[in-house]
Amino acid sequence: MWAVFLVLFLPLFALPLLVVLGASFATHWPGVLPAGLTTDNYRAATRGEALQALTTSLLTAAGASLLALVVGTWAALAGAALNRRYRRLMDALFVLPVAVPSVVVGLSVLVAFSQPPMLLNGTRWIVILAHTVLVTAFAHQSASAAIARLDPACEQAAASLGARPSYVLLRVRLPLLLPSLTAAAGLCFALSMGELSATMMLYPPDWTPLPVLIYAATDRGALFTGSAVAVVLMAATLLVLFAVSRVRTRASYR
Amino acid sequence: MAGDPALQAVPTRSAPRNEGPRRWSPQLWAAPPAAALALFFLYPLALVVRQSFQPDSGGTSVRPYADVFASQAFRHALWTTVWLAVASTAGCLVLGFLLALVISFVPFPGAKGVARFIDVYLSFPSFLITLALLFIYGTTGIIGSFQFLTTPWGVLLAEVTYFTPFVMRPLLAAFSQLDTAQLEAASSLGARAPRIVRRVILPEALPALAAGGSLVLVLCLNEFGIVLFTGAKGVTTLPMLVYGKAILESDYPGACVVAVVNVLISVGLYGLYRVVSRRAGA
Repeated sequence: MWAVFLVLFLPLFALPLLVVLGASFATHWPGVLPAGLTTDNYRAATRGEALQALTTSLLTAAGASLLALVVGTWAALAGAALNRRYRRLMDALFVLPVAVPSVVVGLSVLVAFSQPPMLLNGTRWIVILAHTVLVTAFAHQSASAAIARLDPACEQAAASLGARPSYVLLRVRLPLLLPSLTAAAGLCFALSMGELSATMMLYPPDWTPLPVLIYAATDRGALFTGSAVAVVLMAATLLVLFAVSRVRTRASYR
Repeated sequence: MAGDPALQAVPTRSAPRNEGPRRWSPQLWAAPPAAALALFFLYPLALVVRQSFQPDSGGTSVRPYADVFASQAFRHALWTTVWLAVASTAGCLVLGFLLALVISFVPFPGAKGVARFIDVYLSFPSFLITLALLFIYGTTGIIGSFQFLTTPWGVLLAEVTYFTPFVMRPLLAAFSQLDTAQLEAASSLGARAPRIVRRVILPEALPALAAGGSLVLVLCLNEFGIVLFTGAKGVTTLPMLVYGKAILESDYPGACVVAVVNVLISVGLYGLYRVVSRRAGA
């Protein structure tokens, strides 16, 4: 059984990542193993447009996940206070962006914000906006799951001691929610870092995130440089995820 | 908040003590995020629907729909999208069930590590899998130069590889709640492993399988990165068609029609998934 597991699991899931890692250090791949070991790919992947793409991705992901966290948490807190019917409506509304294909989210943002009064097309804000729309659903779902787990006794105790609602929110509920919210922020950040479909519809030439750059590299045949950029993307994502210390995934909230 | 003074004027009917005094009604608090969502998500979607009824020649008509439905490319893409999604889902279910079974019921060191690895794996974008497959099956690859990746089978392999963990997660959760006494009873009564799996484990796993399967079905229908990275001109799915029509051909009414069809399919299926997974308690 051990052997079965190793035969099934390793090739399928670990191999793709190892292949990308191996290719990022190679110049060609003639047989079973990559050849022409070099670090040139990384030199290319950490300067010039690749470095700019990295900062673009990091800024976009940070902006989108912060915005999504604020909107999602606010919606979840407000939704928890509503009666049953409105709460279900709110949940359904905020989960909808998950079900809509991200390419379509990109198209709709492109259609809506290419004309006055809200002309965002061609600016970086349209990319950040689309990413925010896409990840808000996850922030909302994880925040409302955390709120449902809160012990109402804490806030009731605070309120019975005379604390005002704003005080209860800031000093009791939000601190209790903080671990879940940081995990949600990590998830949103990772999703935004790897977002390709909506970005392909929207990105202006001066705001090219990493996934788009990786696609451009592979499209013109520069597979090995593309792999190095992909490893940079994975490393940056992992660093941030470990910084928020708890890795959560799409699957746990969908 | 515009309604604030009006509401503050009637604080005398105070709420029950344990809910605390409320100055603003809950609905008012829910309004700003809902309005933001409406402005940045629902309104753009509505514009897409409107544009799908506005051909470039002007006026309002169902011409774009007629044109798109009549085109060979759309019908081909629709068919490709659906069968790829169904086949990938079937593959993920079988593989995910087997792997979850092994991880849950075969004691081996590092099962915790595997669960953690799955979490990390799922935080990476899907196109990395295709990128890796380009080295394995591509023109200069490990297996050698045959055009496997530019066929739908390459996309199928990539989708099964990437989405299987989405099936494994609910299954692992379901298996961890399974009472091992049942399994021990069954085996002490002489049932062999295949029979235990079929008669004891599978019925327990059905809700989780249904939930994971319908989620993967929706994700596969909407997958874009995997298909884009194969660079296969022969494999066109609905999201690829939306991208191609809008960005490469600048045919916005056509792109909007395909988008509307794609949204209807995936939102319908996602609704089904929510119902199933709520029933499964996942």
